[in-house]
Amino acid sequence: MVPLSWFLILAAALFSVGLFGVLSRRNAVAILLGIELMLNSVNINLAAFWRYGNVLEMAGQVFAVIVFAVAAAEVAVGLALVISVYRTRNTVIADDLDMMKW
Amino acid sequence: MTGEQIIFLAVALFTLGSGFMVVTTRNLIHAALWLISTLFGVAVVFAILNAGFLAVVQVVVYIGAIAILFIFAVMLTRKDMRDQGPQTNQNWWVGALIAVLVFGGLVFLLQGWNGLSKTAADIPSGFDAVAELGNELVSPAGYVLPFEVASVLLVAALVGAVYVAFNRK
Repeated sequence: MVPLSWFLILAAALFSVGLFGVLSRRNAVAILLGIELMLNSVNINLAAFWRYGNVLEMAGQVFAVIVFAVAAAEVAVGLALVISVYRTRNTVIADDLDMMKW
Repeated sequence: MTGEQIIFLAVALFTLGSGFMVVTTRNLIHAALWLISTLFGVAVVFAILNAGFLAVVQVVVYIGAIAILFIFAVMLTRKDMRDQGPQTNQNWWVGALIAVLVFGGLVFLLQGWNGLSKTAADIPSGFDAVAELGNELVSPAGYVLPFEVASVLLVAALVGAVYVAFNRK
């Protein structure tokens, strides 16, 4: 049987990889890819705590399903924003989107 | 080391390697394809955890919808960022440092927690996790309110995405 710690360390490592992507990438679409990795690592944690806690209590899986829905909504709106910005400013590089900076 | 542990280690290495490729590949289409393999790895992790419904939803929603949406977005915004120029900003090493510190901090916190080496109890015979999840999602004593709020959120996101991306010309 796999101990709980292995799942938690896998989730922590995946979260860190996603965080690195969010902080270091220049392309806005690539930043959203990093956010997806982070959301997935959270779901691994939720499923692992459901399995290793009380199996009869479904809260962990319900929370993971809600996270799926929120991730889908986030990606739809985020990519719509990126495409809209690309149409008006002709760039998707996050450094160049500085019209609200002063 | 049991067979299950070997399978878990292989899947974890595959998932982490693909995830690393997602954040480091220069070509964004390739990054989106690596994201698909990462998501498959996470689906297998769900299967190892006996969360069959989550594994199926992971394949259908994440790989079937979200990854395809990413590929569409990359193709629609591709012109200025082909393969030339740096793909990371000048401060990428700060991001790497923060990521390593977060990982180290999480592992350090986990080490001080005594529930860490816990092993899973057997699933009671006759317990149907998918049916139970469905009951919980729609029963008023369970999680019907968050479920409805999630559906309202999805409608709002749909309308918002169409409005934001609409071409007014």
